[in-house]
Amino acid sequence: MKSKFLLSKWRNVLGVALGVTMAANLNIATAAGANTTGLAVTDKEVTVGILHSLTGTMAISETGAQEAEKLAIKQINESGGILGRQIKIIQEDGASDWPTFAEKSRKLLVKDKVAAVFGCWTSASRKAALPVFEKENGLLYYPTFYEGLEQSKNVIYTGQEATQQILAGLDWVKKEKKAKTFYLIGSDYIWPRTSMKIARKHIEKVLGGKVVGEEYKPLGNTQFGSTINKIRLKKPDVIYAAVVGGSNVAWFKQLKAAGITSKKQTLLTISVTEDEVLGIGGENLEGFYSIMKYFQSQDNPNNKKFVKAFKEMWGDDSVIGDVTQAAYLGPWLWKAAVERAGSFDVDKVVAESEKGDIELKTAPEGYVKLHKNHHLWSKARVAKWKKDGQAEVVFTSDLIEPDPFPKGYQ
Amino acid sequence: MGEYTTQELISIFAMQGFAGISLFSVLLLMALGLAIIFGQMGVINMAHGEFMAVGAYTTYLVSVLSEQYFPSFVPYYFIFAILLSFFIAGALGYLAEFALIRHLYKRPLDTLLATWGLSLIMQQAFRSIFGAREVSPTLPEWLLGSYQPTETIDIPLNGLFVLGLTLVVTIGVFILMYRSSWGLRVRATVQNRVMSGAVGINTKKIDRLTFALGCGIAGIAGAAFTTIASTGPTTGSLYIVDTFMVVVFGGAGSLLGTIVSAFSIAQGQSILEFFISGSMAKVITLLSIVIFLMMRPEGLFASKVRK
Repeated sequence: MKSKFLLSKWRNVLGVALGVTMAANLNIATAAGANTTGLAVTDKEVTVGILHSLTGTMAISETGAQEAEKLAIKQINESGGILGRQIKIIQEDGASDWPTFAEKSRKLLVKDKVAAVFGCWTSASRKAALPVFEKENGLLYYPTFYEGLEQSKNVIYTGQEATQQILAGLDWVKKEKKAKTFYLIGSDYIWPRTSMKIARKHIEKVLGGKVVGEEYKPLGNTQFGSTINKIRLKKPDVIYAAVVGGSNVAWFKQLKAAGITSKKQTLLTISVTEDEVLGIGGENLEGFYSIMKYFQSQDNPNNKKFVKAFKEMWGDDSVIGDVTQAAYLGPWLWKAAVERAGSFDVDKVVAESEKGDIELKTAPEGYVKLHKNHHLWSKARVAKWKKDGQAEVVFTSDLIEPDPFPKGYQ
Repeated sequence: MGEYTTQELISIFAMQGFAGISLFSVLLLMALGLAIIFGQMGVINMAHGEFMAVGAYTTYLVSVLSEQYFPSFVPYYFIFAILLSFFIAGALGYLAEFALIRHLYKRPLDTLLATWGLSLIMQQAFRSIFGAREVSPTLPEWLLGSYQPTETIDIPLNGLFVLGLTLVVTIGVFILMYRSSWGLRVRATVQNRVMSGAVGINTKKIDRLTFALGCGIAGIAGAAFTTIASTGPTTGSLYIVDTFMVVVFGGAGSLLGTIVSAFSIAQGQSILEFFISGSMAKVITLLSIVIFLMMRPEGLFASKVRK
């Protein structure tokens, strides 16, 4: 609470200071030309927005993302900033409420004239903010893995779209576990439903397997007794799960209590990262598998540096999940595109991004490249959960091309 | 169905039966506290879920503290945590009644708004104290895993535990309400406040203790649910709908109604869930309750009061 208060105070001071400097520098700024295209850019500073839920149900998930974005921005500033300018942050709270995301986006773009926004988490919040970004020609870096079926000029998607996460994992489980029958279970909203649709097509058409059950539970549901009995009846080789939020915890606790553990059952989930494990408890997940593009335990020099810096900034007991890492990429991808364009102008930055050859060799997940369709080339990883809440990567795919509109899967 | 042995089918049938009973005990435990507050006192307590969360967070705290300072206490802390949850949630309820509710007894719709406000304040307090992330206490070994009477049957231990606890609490409430002189005074106050006052019952004190008791039971429910799900600042709002549903369906004012209501909703829900998907089962359950209440607004069991 305290830091938030300070932040908002700091933001006001900043706003005033910025206004004064901007007014004073107006002539110089227009003379400098290229870098001030109606955006909050001075000779010394460039302002960006961070827009995540700090309150409400989604705060649980979005905390990590905004921490990672602040870390990246701090590191960029320490290494000299972008085009010689230090990055200033204006942070807004989306409050887990989708209209608020739209409203705050408008505020950041119209009033604060930020050069880029790092934010949103759920698809619902992105869908709410999207029209604002398109109308005001803003630039949003969106960190969450999501269902795909979207590509906007004004958004760079740093998480994986559905096929990047789902297909490689299913191929792996078919090959490694000789899986033929699958039971699909998810929470009842767009992301699990779209993901399961893609999974079912892949299982039936490509893998020649069989889906023996497909089921969606209301968000917030905490009773899985009947579902677990159904699973017992169907005896699937693999349970494929996309249960989210508080339900996720209930789901794994009850599986364990019902005696369905990794000793008897293969379970693959696309909705558990290190963040969720905090609530679920490693002992309830032990031996089950997650498919993500990033795990905190990944053993490479980039990641070791990243984890160390993250813990230094946000405390030793912080954990880093898939989306947190993806959020960390946002400011770096933006920096790369801006420096190439030599300008903060959104059109120019997007044009550079769309060339499809911006790489990040320093990404904690290893290596990513920005595709001209605004998504990232990335690898899928299957990891096995351990009791201590960390996962051991057991399979890494090749670099997968992002395909937000997969043919044959819609 | 040819590929299953009779043994397996019987096992699944048994486990499905237990799933229904387990849901029943969860619903009943949630609803008992509210049945006392809403049913007996007529106060619509929108913050009831948050009092459950108080219990859940208390359990979490006790778990963390005992892990850090008294590792040998870990196997037993849970029982202690339940008692402590009861007293802390009860004490907070006592305070809430004193500071807020008692001023609003004559304005039932305002209590709705006021307790909703209280629930928001409590949610934000949880968020500030415990953070936005969901937490789970470390459960003692004896609560994990399953009991296997035969090779193919797994009965979840946490489900058995919640069932046992619900039984104890229900019997306790019944004795207190129908076999003790305090319960007699509560019922008298509910039926005729002015008259009860006239015969020397301190109705203000009765109100306060009744409200505290309801909140305390909510605290117990919250503690018990940490074995099933996790705890976050908004956990309470997950439970509040089901809780009201059970109490209203059962008929406000009737503890027996609450029990029967919890049982029928739980069995209906879990049988439906077995044959159709989870979301549809919920829709059908809610729809049947709506239709039932349209035909019989007073719920399953109405207390007969001369108007």
